[in-house]
Amino acid sequence: MPTNALTIKALRKTYRNGTQALCGVDLDVKEGDFFALLGPNGAGKSTTIGIISSLVNKTSGSVQVFGHDLDTESATVRSLIGLVPQEYNFNIFEPVGEILINQAGFYGISRHEASQRAEKYLRKLELWDKRFDMAKELSGGMKRRLMIARALVHEPKLLILDEPTAGVDIEIRHSMWEFMREINANGTTIILTTHYLEEAESLCNNIAIINKGVTIEHTSMRTLLDRLHIETFILYLEEGISELPVCGDYQLRLIDGNTIEADIAHSRSLNELYQMLSDCNIKVLSMRNKTNRLEQLFVSMMRNGNADNYRGGRA
Amino acid sequence: MNFSQQLIAFNTIMVREFLRFIRIWIQTIIPPAITVALYFIIFGQLIGSQIGDIDGYRYMDYIVPGLILMAVITNSYANVVSSFFSAKFHKSIEEMIISPLPNYIILAGYISGGVARGVTVGITVTGVSMFFSDFQIHSLGITLAVFVLTSILFSTAGLINAAYARSFDDITIIPTFVLTPLTYLGGIFYSIKMLPEFWQTVSQGNPILYMINAFRYGLLGVSDINVTTALIIIIAFIVILFSFALRMLNRGIGIKP
Repeated sequence: MPTNALTIKALRKTYRNGTQALCGVDLDVKEGDFFALLGPNGAGKSTTIGIISSLVNKTSGSVQVFGHDLDTESATVRSLIGLVPQEYNFNIFEPVGEILINQAGFYGISRHEASQRAEKYLRKLELWDKRFDMAKELSGGMKRRLMIARALVHEPKLLILDEPTAGVDIEIRHSMWEFMREINANGTTIILTTHYLEEAESLCNNIAIINKGVTIEHTSMRTLLDRLHIETFILYLEEGISELPVCGDYQLRLIDGNTIEADIAHSRSLNELYQMLSDCNIKVLSMRNKTNRLEQLFVSMMRNGNADNYRGGRA
Repeated sequence: MNFSQQLIAFNTIMVREFLRFIRIWIQTIIPPAITVALYFIIFGQLIGSQIGDIDGYRYMDYIVPGLILMAVITNSYANVVSSFFSAKFHKSIEEMIISPLPNYIILAGYISGGVARGVTVGITVTGVSMFFSDFQIHSLGITLAVFVLTSILFSTAGLINAAYARSFDDITIIPTFVLTPLTYLGGIFYSIKMLPEFWQTVSQGNPILYMINAFRYGLLGVSDINVTTALIIIIAFIVILFSFALRMLNRGIGIKP
């Protein structure tokens, strides 16, 4: 039986001011998985991550990382985890290179070895030229990459990324996605929280959604997306049209002369629609999803309620 | 973590803390040297010449140990309180909390930084005092022991203050309203034998009196207090504060919600 990278059972957290952040979160993340942990603001994602990485004391429940219990083997658990938090949490008055070398030192890695690893990860994240600069001099995107490099310097088996691409431009975001895929392909289990749902859809194999401190969904990305019965596509036409053609029972809308919108049930084939359009002398140049599929599901789940939707299905 | 890894981790914190106050030496090393020089000029030369000898020493020589130790106390405390609170404020403390570092290594690392600054400033201030006084060291062992132990004690106290502090105001309250009065009333500028009997008894409740007198004994060979008693009191305070600080870190007080 494969080991779970993370097992969380009935995790609860009530803050000193009485706020109940978690009311019984359950999670299973398999070793080697690229796992999305989603939820609206205030759902309890960051509290969950805080507890896993020892930044927050839990009220009750259990957390196991690669079979090691957080309560009884805390140091082992901490040595297995790398965390990229949501907010910048480094000393802005320290040079970039020193931040990485010191972080490695906290894990008992010698300065010589730490320097080599710092170079490796700073080069990978395109920060090597900035190694002598104070962290405060970095741009927002560079600061995010610095936190990723720092989280990797002790080469953790489980990497937790809490909104790692927030505020990062598209080009850098895509290069960060490639880097995350590479790390995952090399065997590191990754848990990702993000508000960019296309990011989760594109990167992750399995998913859990938390809302109001409880797990409302926990399944594979494919299973979740299969629940969408209808998808809306935008079709770009080669030549403009003035009237919509009749295409069986497909629901079409004319957006402008060269663009139509089509609602297509999962049970129907796109080829059928293309053929009907072609019969009407309409050529489709290109096509895209109108909305992100995961986003569509996510919004409807948040609207329709919470725990009642949790089917308990495991990926 | 095995012993060797813990040693690397301790060394990492110590070096980082040392570099932190060395980088800003104009704020950390120079001001105490200037302050002590002013004390020597005003209290030692101008006013001291009117006072006469105490315990067989010129007033200028008599105040040297107290002024050195005052610099050690305030700088050890200030180093840890500001560094630890800044780490909380910037959240860079999380770098250590998420790592497998045992809390006693975090505590020892910060204390070592405080001691490093206390010793650096102490040596600088001793150098300044040599321009005004030609004292000889009576007992090097006691001098060094009190020097280092006092620094450890106030570094630990600084960390406790920083852990409980919620704002920058909170890290100035204890130094301003507790530490400074106790230091000034701890016999830097006078012998408690000069006080009325009631105030002599009250003064004996001030722990800093024991440190200053033990240090004065180490440097000059004179003290209002039994030196063994003073050393026992300093060590007892270290044990109490260290245990308290460790328990505080283990429970996550001030650092974990």
